[in-house]
Amino acid sequence: MAVRNTESYVTGAVNTAAGSVPVVATSLSRGDRIGSWKARWGMGRMSYTIPPGLYATGAATAESPVLVTANYKMSFDRIRVALAGVDAWILVLDTKGINVWCAAGKGTFGTDELIHQISETHLSEVVSHRTVLVPQLGAVGVSAAAVRKGSGFRVAFGPVRAEDLPEFLGAGQKATPEMRRVRFPMWERVVLAPVELVMGAKYAALIAAALVILSGLGPGFYAMDRIFHVGLATGGFVILAFLASSILTPALLPWLPGRAFALKGTWIGIGVATLAWWVTRDAPGLTVTLPGTISWFLLLPALSSFIAMNFTGASTYTSLSGVYKEMRLAVPLQIAGAVVGLGLWVTARFVA
Amino acid sequence: MFGLRYLKDVATLEMYTDKCTGCRKCITVCPHAVFTAEERTVRITDRDACMECGACALNCPEEALTVRVGVGCAAGIIQGAARGTGPTCGDDASGSCCC
Repeated sequence: MAVRNTESYVTGAVNTAAGSVPVVATSLSRGDRIGSWKARWGMGRMSYTIPPGLYATGAATAESPVLVTANYKMSFDRIRVALAGVDAWILVLDTKGINVWCAAGKGTFGTDELIHQISETHLSEVVSHRTVLVPQLGAVGVSAAAVRKGSGFRVAFGPVRAEDLPEFLGAGQKATPEMRRVRFPMWERVVLAPVELVMGAKYAALIAAALVILSGLGPGFYAMDRIFHVGLATGGFVILAFLASSILTPALLPWLPGRAFALKGTWIGIGVATLAWWVTRDAPGLTVTLPGTISWFLLLPALSSFIAMNFTGASTYTSLSGVYKEMRLAVPLQIAGAVVGLGLWVTARFVA
Repeated sequence: MFGLRYLKDVATLEMYTDKCTGCRKCITVCPHAVFTAEERTVRITDRDACMECGACALNCPEEALTVRVGVGCAAGIIQGAARGTGPTCGDDASGSCCC
């Protein structure tokens, strides 16, 4: 408790039969916002945690509801902001800094940890009722029946989104069908792009660098001037295809034709290849040869298809069986596209 | 959002309708409205929307539901294949996780 009281979001303490519980702010400070922004860009994202245990909002009493969440700071921030003006308890499980849904999939946000924290915090002495409200997506890891057996507490599954909590609580802990559905609207998709960019950047840079180095190849074996001509153009288009697919896949997801993500991404690569062909159509040595032109249309879609396929993990509606199915077809095609494309691209250096 | 539909005829979700007592817990926990309540029972009416998260099977008191549970994550499948394990969503030691 002593350690938890030093955190910036703690504004006070409330005394309970089980000891002092920190009261937390229900608005975000500048530090909270900067922390969120950094996590979105992959900075310290895996250690963006808060100490597990019990917290309070407002003037929580023995009758106040208990809301369960993960110890990923962004999850915790979402719930305390949603509880502005509400007297409640927040029970934070130790999910190793992973959000509720992903942690539930791994089992860390699960039955055992919930029972453990209920006992660890002496929750039955803090509140007079015997209900804990678990976010609906936590149901992936929490068996309500097993929690009841193991702790005496009934699990009620709350809404998917923390922002619906006031309405849910106000309606006597009843969720509308709309509150129970996972959506994936534009903003929720786009906000995931930065971390995709950061995670893919080093691979894209390696591919681009390799092509820049290879671009010196050609008649007369190796020439530095070709690096500045062919090399930088090629590297530039690879980077452009990487940026376009990392940003446009989330942004345009519903409108990219096809259901398989690998197919959705292919269109982006074709778009960038078309652009590459258009801007270099009068530049000797780049794409004026047929092999050169074709190589763009193989290399760039292979790359963008792969990047879009990796967005399946960030999306909210793909199944393991579905991803297996699309990978069985897409991965061999991506590899073939990359290998044949590279072969043609090198060939083009000699016939130009 | 409902325009976002994944591949057809792949989800492994199955229901033993004879075991279902119509308690509707699956309807509560399903994030994609796969189930529909009928008078005394529940039916799978949109299997293609299932993302195989397993919340329904875990919370079905009658064990009337089965599904191969997993995360639909290509990066996890690749990582698992590279290590010779099943699909894995990062591990705590490597500090890399896509979600």
